[in-house]
Amino acid sequence: MSDSGNRKIGDVILKVDNISLSFGGVKALTNISFDVREHEIRAIIGPNGAGKSSMLNVINGVYLPQEGTITYRGEQRRDMNTHAAAASGIARTFQNIALFTGMTVLDNIMTGRNLKVKATFLEQALWIGRARKEEMEHRRVVEEIIDFLQLQHVRKTPVARLPYGIKKRVELARALAAEPTMLLLDEPMAGMNVEEKQDMCRFVLDTNDQFGTTIVLIEHDMGVVMDISDRVAVLDYGKKIGDGTPAEVRSNPDVIKAYLGAH
Amino acid sequence: MIYRESGQYKTSYVNDSQIFPIKQDRYAVLAIIAFAFLVIPFIATPYFFSAILIPFLIFSLAALGLNILTGYAGQISLGTAAFMAVGAFASYNFMLRVPGMPILLAFILGGVCAAIVGIIFGLPSLRIRGFYLAASTLATQFFVVWCLTKVPWFTNNSSSGVITAQQIQILGFKFDSPQEKYLLVLAIVCVLALLAKNMVRSTVGRSWMAVRDMDVAAEVIGFRIMKTKLTAFAVSSFYCGVAGALYAFCYLGTVEPEAYNLDLSFRILFMVIIGGLGSILGSFFGAGFIVLLPIFLSFVVHATGLPNSVTSNVELMVFGALIIFFLIVEPHGLARLWQIGKEKLRLWPFPH
Ligand SMILES: Nc1ncnc2c1ncn2[C@@H]1O[C@H](COP(=O)(O)OP(=O)(O)OP(=O)(O)O)[C@@H](O)[C@H]1O
Ligand SMILES: [Mg+2]
Repeated sequence: MSDSGNRKIGDVILKVDNISLSFGGVKALTNISFDVREHEIRAIIGPNGAGKSSMLNVINGVYLPQEGTITYRGEQRRDMNTHAAAASGIARTFQNIALFTGMTVLDNIMTGRNLKVKATFLEQALWIGRARKEEMEHRRVVEEIIDFLQLQHVRKTPVARLPYGIKKRVELARALAAEPTMLLLDEPMAGMNVEEKQDMCRFVLDTNDQFGTTIVLIEHDMGVVMDISDRVAVLDYGKKIGDGTPAEVRSNPDVIKAYLGAH
Repeated sequence: MIYRESGQYKTSYVNDSQIFPIKQDRYAVLAIIAFAFLVIPFIATPYFFSAILIPFLIFSLAALGLNILTGYAGQISLGTAAFMAVGAFASYNFMLRVPGMPILLAFILGGVCAAIVGIIFGLPSLRIRGFYLAASTLATQFFVVWCLTKVPWFTNNSSSGVITAQQIQILGFKFDSPQEKYLLVLAIVCVLALLAKNMVRSTVGRSWMAVRDMDVAAEVIGFRIMKTKLTAFAVSSFYCGVAGALYAFCYLGTVEPEAYNLDLSFRILFMVIIGGLGSILGSFFGAGFIVLLPIFLSFVVHATGLPNSVTSNVELMVFGALIIFFLIVEPHGLARLWQIGKEKLRLWPFPH
């Protein structure tokens, strides 16, 4: 665990209570409750199909749960909607890379700034007033992120041409461009080689450390999870079977059973 | 060392986000525009103005409009000609019914009317996509032309349905000759192309492309899908509407529903496909190509001594083959081929 810099775990920032979500007959989530504290790295683990991605989708409003409530920064809601989530500082990456394939790396990352744009349509069309100034300001922030994630060499490359590992990094960059309070990462290291995983781990830790971003992370690699997370929630068949520090979770008999059963 | 990026270090983001970041491109475009304004008017023949240059510019504008919708925002449309018709008839009626209406304002209002119609007929895009959206825009095409034919008010009760477009006069200056009309169309197209370029390099344009490429991710990032799609329909239809008005006032000289049939919609779609989806320059390439191809083919047919009737058949065959070629091999069209050519040139003569 890294406990340097301005990282100091604070109060509960997000709390989900009794969330249940089903698709037709499939129960993806059953009565799930947990919380996330400010500035922490919170992992969600579990075997395939456990409902981890569904949980993230509920948190940022892609899926609407049939039951339960979400409390984010003191505001309780029945369900989130994607726009409200983005506007209140939640950004995310996807399990299956969801970049804008026809655009360059730079443009992809620039899209992450869209909620900060004040210029009206006409200002943008005429390239006057705020449009021009803002564009430069956003570009400056985006260049910082490009430096931070070491993407300088592919800045102008269309993302379709990039290797898998770099695409994952661009997706993180796009999420960071929104300067989020909370970042939801759905398997950011899946399918990467050891070196790429190490890089990604470092980026996640640095993000948390330097910007104080709260991170909710889904990851299959136990080594990584135990290394970098402050607390871990374990899901299995849509139910929460464990929650606590990595050490607590590792010695939880239910968790051991689920993992031995699944692998 | 003719076409080079080297030595042009971008010292600020202002330079880097310019419309044409490479100096040679910038100068080439400025030179072409200067040539079009200052030289062509004195050297082209009236035939060249009315049969090639004016339709080329007008089609470029319509293709640009469709490209915004289909190429940038990913919403397919077969109703381009309908939006052009709305622009033409609205401009005509504004001129007819509002005393002292300046013609440029009438063109703009024609575009605005087309934009409104575009928004209304764009609403289905919020629920359907791809083939179904294409079918619904096809309905737009037939509905609008039917409306303009059936409601006599639009054609000012003319019995034939064909009406003469009003004379173009700006600040007391009459635009009568092909040369004058050419200059007017050129000026309008340049301004609108510049605005389009500004849109696609700022947040509006990025919102279109984001929705085109991955709408769930676009939404999660904070773009509003509905607003983005409808903006694309509005802007696209505005451009098509203005193009339609110019088509009536500066090319045909008449305003008639039949001029805006499905055939025209398809022709403009072909221009976009051949020129390059998602490229402003490509819209011009595509329009140029499709305006020039029949002329070129009839020239070839003449030269080889084949009967004239062959021309139109050959034209259709060449069109078909090209469309298939571009759809399969190079969806980014001539614009992409142009870019590849430039990249080669940038490295030439040392390809490694
Ligand atoms: N959009 C959907 N429609 C129908 N069923 C869904 C949908 N999304 C998820 N599910 C179902 O919900 C359950 C949980 O899926 P989810 O993707 O959340 O699992 P996961 O824990 O992320 O798994 P993995 O490790 O494979 O990514 C699965 O049974 C899945 O089939
Ligand atoms: Mg998943």
